[in-house]
Formats: sequence, structure tokens, C-alpha cells
Amino acid sequence: MATYATTDHHEDHDHKPSGFFERWFMSTNHKDIGTLYLVFSLIMFFIGGAMALVIRAELFQPGLQLVEPDFFNSMTTVHALVMIFGAVMPAFVGLANWMIPMMVGAPDMALPRMNNWSFWIMPFAFALLLSTLFMEGGAPAGGWTLYPPLSIQGGNNVAFVIFAVHMMGISSIMGAINIIATILNMRAPGMDLLKMPVFVWTWLITAFLLIAVMPVLAGAVTMLLTDKFFGTSFFSAAGGGDPVMFQHIFWFFGHPEVYIMILPAFGIVSEIIPTFSRKPLFGYQAMVYATASIAFLSFIVWAHHMFTVGMPLGGQLFFMYATMLIAVPTGVKVFNWVATMWRGSMTFETPMLFAVGFVILFTIGGFSGLMLAIVPADFQYHDTYFVVAHFHYVLVTGAIFSIMAAVYYWLPKWTGRMYNETLGKWHFWLSTITVNILFFPQHFLGLAGMPRRIPDYNPAFADFNVISSVGGFAFGITQLLFAWIVIDCCLRKRGAKATSGVWESAKGLEWTLASPAPYHSFTTPPKIDDRMLAHGDVSH
Amino acid sequence: MMQKEDMGMRKAKGGLGVALMALSVSAWAVPERWQLNMTPGVTATSQDVFQLHMLILWICVAIGIVVFGAMFYAMIKFRKSKGAVPATWSHNTTAEIIWTVIPVLILLGMAWPATQTLVRMADTGDADMTVKITGYQWKWRYEYLGEDVKFMSSLSRAADEARQLGSGIDPNSVENYLLDVDRPLVVPTNTKIRFVITADDVIHAWWVPALGWKQDAIPGFINEAWTEIEEPGTYRGQCAELCGKDHGFMPIVVVAKPRAEFDAWLAEQKAANAPATDAVVQAPAPTKS
Ligand code: HEM
Ligand SMILES: [Cu+2]
Ligand SMILES: [Cu+2]
Repeated sequence: MATYATTDHHEDHDHKPSGFFERWFMSTNHKDIGTLYLVFSLIMFFIGGAMALVIRAELFQPGLQLVEPDFFNSMTTVHALVMIFGAVMPAFVGLANWMIPMMVGAPDMALPRMNNWSFWIMPFAFALLLSTLFMEGGAPAGGWTLYPPLSIQGGNNVAFVIFAVHMMGISSIMGAINIIATILNMRAPGMDLLKMPVFVWTWLITAFLLIAVMPVLAGAVTMLLTDKFFGTSFFSAAGGGDPVMFQHIFWFFGHPEVYIMILPAFGIVSEIIPTFSRKPLFGYQAMVYATASIAFLSFIVWAHHMFTVGMPLGGQLFFMYATMLIAVPTGVKVFNWVATMWRGSMTFETPMLFAVGFVILFTIGGFSGLMLAIVPADFQYHDTYFVVAHFHYVLVTGAIFSIMAAVYYWLPKWTGRMYNETLGKWHFWLSTITVNILFFPQHFLGLAGMPRRIPDYNPAFADFNVISSVGGFAFGITQLLFAWIVIDCCLRKRGAKATSGVWESAKGLEWTLASPAPYHSFTTPPKIDDRMLAHGDVSH
Repeated sequence: MMQKEDMGMRKAKGGLGVALMALSVSAWAVPERWQLNMTPGVTATSQDVFQLHMLILWICVAIGIVVFGAMFYAMIKFRKSKGAVPATWSHNTTAEIIWTVIPVLILLGMAWPATQTLVRMADTGDADMTVKITGYQWKWRYEYLGEDVKFMSSLSRAADEARQLGSGIDPNSVENYLLDVDRPLVVPTNTKIRFVITADDVIHAWWVPALGWKQDAIPGFINEAWTEIEEPGTYRGQCAELCGKDHGFMPIVVVAKPRAEFDAWLAEQKAANAPATDAVVQAPAPTKS
């Protein structure tokens, strides 16, 4: 090993494994594993997207034209599982793998072999899940929420989906342990907790959420498994069980899960907005504390997904108030991003465009979330397209926009080449326009009374469904442009060579490394200079 | 008396919302093309819910205008291309306290009416009659408790034929496509009706938007809800909880009739039922060996 490693030259001492198989299958390197996660996530994004297009094609007109209702239900179920567990979560883990060691001044992740294992579980988990599409009896069709008794009316696919969920859970937990171990043990001297980049903070908190709730999900689905195959009746009233109990356990996992999918996004935009505003992040400490309070509150709001199950009045009131409370720290975050932009000196390269798009459109999703928290109104909104609109605003224009922002922001650091900025801007504008055509009308559909998860509808709902479907196909096609831009940058290497700083005003340790970053990020701990942190000097 | 006045007040306020949306009365019963908003519905509860919905919607719009306004102002004004020089500050305690406290106050303003409405909706006491609703895959069963009237209610024949994959029938040619049933639930107006709701197989949810709420139907458990419909009419809804392949095909139709008409209808049902019921009772008991 080179002991004198400096970081801006000498690319050849990196000891990359030589063979393709050794490099990509046996890798324990945080960058290679990060790449694997990101590529896997992109593939899943397109598989899940194809299912979404089946859904939008069937809903293009009233009447059933393309698929049987059962297959339609499989599409909604598997689409959601693939997008949540296959696209969004692995993308964030991939970003964590790439960036956390570079951001805290470490050579690699703390537990590199486990890192390899956590990734390689994923393809097998999804092979199990997707294989059900080709099985007799079809794929699971009871919704991604797996509510019994419906979910266990399925055939053998029940066992497959449950084992797939178990495997995804193991992968997530190992990934989370690795991230916590890295952040707590591998920081360069001087990188105090309250000097860490916000992205690292949000991931630290997210990792604790993952460890707390993935086992809960595993327990819930295991009880489904034994109910189905071994004669237990945890969730069957006929045997003394309670189907609503499943919902409580599921959402005790499920609500923190939605924050698992958004806290790292908060971290990403908190890195990008200061860079392109050329101004330190506003209220760094408030951002960290807001993240922590959101994480805490996320454990005591789960039953807002279940207001119509027949809870006692006191329960409904408690969960309504607690849910409304989340709006306060969430608001603090949004205000702080706006305040960061205020009196800055802004430019709008693609990462910034996606970050700004994130702030606006995620906030719209937050507004509908607040409306959904109001119990009497939720009695009307619940299980309609209004909810579908809500969660796609927070997940697509929230989580996924932030992932795309992150890819554009760090791609030059990863590859040493700039991506095609013109195409990137096209990708942003086309995505933003089409995603709103796709999801905004769904608010109207829900308010007019269209339930979610139906393959066919009254012609009164036809107009907005056509618009939504057109938007859906346009958004889907636009994402091929994203794939092209990434391939163009990574493989064709046509872009200009990236400098180590890449962006005019990017701050943080990752920008002190060469572009592309050396294989073992920091082989000697860097010196921390407070003025080089994205959030400025926080000591005053 | 008090209650009547109260109702009038609510109607007046509901009326404003209706005027705003420029929708006809019929829009309260079935969805309209290009419908953008929730409808006020036909019960005091549904009107309360509608007003709550409009209140939070406008609050969100107002906050959105302020926040997005500030953001767009910043994006236009503080651009590098316009020669903006970045400030260096990174916090401001006063501002941070203000934008923590103001949202709390706004939330309190929303929580108060929400709590009041919720408390009213939870009170199923003093009902004049009770209807038991049972969800099945994929139809509903209605039972007028104490009246010995019960029947199944499923998707209308015409819609059922048209909705088959490749049926060749244009859904536009079927009236109330997927929102019509063979036997609707008939109820009296201006009567507090209590519903007890359960299911036989999987979870369903009973939802008629014009009544202002939905309630899950859960096998092995009984949920309660109530309504008091003011306007006679036909109100349509659908199952709102995924319940299997024909979840989209188990609509709900409620026909609200003035009391006298309802009583006549009920008597008719009982008369029609009587021989059938007798037949069951008088049938020779199966020989158990
Ligand atoms: C301001 C913050 C938020 C509030 C107050 C909020 C509130 C709610 C409520 C009350 C529901 C239940 C609606 C219903 O089923 O009737 C809901 C559904 C949902 N929310 Fe949010 N939400 C917020 C943010 C988020 C975020 C950040 C995400 C994810 C990134 C998210 C993802 C979801 C999903 C996936 C569902 C639907 C789950 C399902 O039934 O399949 N929400 N939200
Ligand atoms: Cu939630
Ligand atoms: Cu249903």
C-alpha cells in the first residue's frame, strides 16, 4: 500500500482487481459496490416503470382493453414493491456507499465484505419477487401493503414475496449497520459529528430508522407466512386473531419507511442548494435537529394510514395531532432551503434545477400530506387517487428527483467527465412538465371520487385519466434520456474532463479528491478546514 | 330547534362552496366530467367535511404562495448572471423562531375545527334505525335490523357485461357505468341512520362520497357509522378497499326517499319477503340421522 498517498495524482496505485468477475462480483470497494447499487436501481426503475405503463395504458380509457383485473392488481402491487425496495432504497444506499467515505475522509466503508453481501442479496431477492410474474396463479395482487386476509388468498406467490421481503430486509439492515459503523468510526480527525455534511447526517438517522423497522416488517410478513401455510391465525378473526393488527404492525414499519425514502433526499438537496447558491447552508444545526425530530415523530404517526379501520376517537385524535406536528420540522427544512437561496448568487445547472424542482414539488406533496392528516377530510380522501397523487409527489418528484439531482451533481466526481449539460437540462424540463401532467390531475380524480387500485372506471373520470396516461408515457420515455446521458458520460466519455472541484463553489471533502476519485478514497486522513465545509463554519 | 338553525347556517356556508365550484345539484350524487373538487354532499356531516377540506386547501394555497413566491423572487433576483454577490450569513435565530411558531399556530387553527367535526362524526347514538352492511367478494349485503328485510346488492347486469375484457360494448353507452347496482340500499331522509359494517371474507370499505365518509368493512369485526340525509335522491359510491379481482366492480347505490315513501317501500319488501321467509320456516327439517 502506498503510505504517502496524496490525492490529486498517482491514479495507478489503486490496486483495482483485474478481472471483470473479480472487479464486479467479488468487490469490497465502496465505489464499485456503490456503482452496482446504482445500476441495479436504474434497472429496477425501468422494470417498475414498465409496470406503471401497463397500469396507465389500461386506465387510458374506461372499459377493460388490455389486461384482466387480477393482472392489473399484480401490476400495482409489484410496481410499488419494485419501486420502493428496488429503485429508491438501493439508489440511496448506492449514493451512501459512494459518498459517505469521501465526505467523512475515510478510505472505504467500515465493513467492506458485508457491503458486498448486502448488495448481492438484492438481485436474488428481486429474482424471487419477479419470478412470481411467470408462475401459475400469477404475481401477488393484494397490494404492496399486503393486507390480510386478501394477501394470503394468493397461491404460492405468497411465500415468494415474503421471502423476497425477508431478503431485502436483511440487505437493508446490513447496509444500515455498515453506514452507521462507517460514520461513527471512520471520520477523519476533526470531522466532529456537528461538522458532518447534512447528507451524512440524514443517512446516519435513516440507518437507525432502517434497523428499527425492517425487523418489524420481517415479523409481520412471517406471521402472514405462518397464517397461510402453517395454520396459525394471527390475523384471522375466525381463529381469534385480528386483521387490523397486521395493519398496525405494517404501518409501524411503513411510516418510518417513507421517511427512510425522503431523509437522504433532504440531505442531497442540502448539499446541492448551497453549492449553486454560492452561500453556506442556512441553519445547519436546525437542519440536523429537524431531521432527528422528523425521525422521532415518524414512529408515532403510523395509524394515519388507518383512520377508516374503526379506531376509537381518542386514537384518531392522537394520530391526527402527531401527524400534523411533522409539518413543523418539515416546514423548517423548506424555509431553510429558501433562506439558503436568499441573497445567494445562483446558477442553474442540472443538479440545481432538480434540487429546486424537488423543493417545490415535494412541498406540494407535503401540503396534500397535511390535508390527509385531517381525519374527517381523510375519510373522504382515503384510498382514492388523491392519496396516489400525494405519495407520487413525495416519492417521484421528491425522492427520485433528489436521486437524479445527486447523480448529476456527483457524476463528474465519479467518472472524471462532465455529463452533457444541454441534455441534462432537457431531461429536467421534460421530466418536470410530464410528471405534473401525470400526477396533478390525479388530485382531481380523487376528489371527484375515483378509488385507487381499480382497473376500470365510470366515464366521468375519463378525461383526467387520459391526461394522466399521456403524461405517464411521456415521463417514461423521458427517462430513457436520463439513461442515455448517464451512459454517454460513463462509457463514451465524451464530456469535458472534470476538475477536482467540478462546480465553481462546491465545498466539502469529496471535492478535494481528484476527479475521478481515487479507488481508495482517503488513504491518509485529510485535514479538516472549517471554511471548506458546505455549511460554513458552524462554530459561531 | 337549535339543530335546525345550525343546519341552515351550514347550508348557507356550503352554498358558497357550491357557488364557487359552479356545479349543479346533480353533481352531489354522481361524479361529473372534469370535476375538480370534492362536493359538499347531502348531509350536515359531509358539508362540515367539505368546509374543512376547503379551509385546509386554502391555507395550503396561501402558504404555497408565500413560500414559492419568496423562492421565485430569490431565483430571479439573486442570480450570478445578474451580478449578485453572495451573502455569507448562515443563520438567523429570530427568523428561525418565527417560522417555527407561525406554523404551529396555523396547525392549531386547523386542528380545532377538525376535532369538532370528528367528535360529531363519532357519535352514533340516538339513531332511529340501524342498517347492517356486509361486504362480500364482490357485492354488498344490506340488512334492516329488526325489520326482517335483507338483500344482496351487486353490479348492474348491463355494466357487468360491458366491463368484460374485450366485450365490445362501449362503457359510454351504459348509464352509470360501474356505479349502478341491481338492488340499491333504500333509506329515509331526515332520519338518523346507524350503520353497522362488517365483511364476510376480506376487508372492504363502504363509501358514498355524498355522505361524507368511508368506513372499512372488516371480517370478524363490526364498525359503526351514521348518516342523516337531507335531500331525497340517488347517491352513488364504490368499494374503497382493495378486495381482490373485482374490487372495482362492487358499487354502492343509496336511494334516499321521504319518510312516507320509504315506509311504503319497506312494507312492500316485507310483504314480498313474507312467503319466502315462511317457506323457509315451514320447510320440513332435514332429516338428521
Ligand atoms: C408532511 C409530511 C407528510 C404527511 C403529513 C403525510 C401524511 C400522509 C397520510 C395521512 C397518508 C395516508 C393517506 C390515506 O391513505 O388516507 C399518507 C400516505 C402516504 N404517504 Fe405521506 N405524508 C407526508 C409525507 C410523506 C413522505 C415524505 C413520503 C415518502 C417519501 C410519503 C409517502 C406516503 C405513501 C407512500 C403513502 C401511501 C401508502 C399507501 O397507502 O400505499 N408521505 N401520507
Ligand atoms: Cu405515513
Ligand atoms: Cu373492494
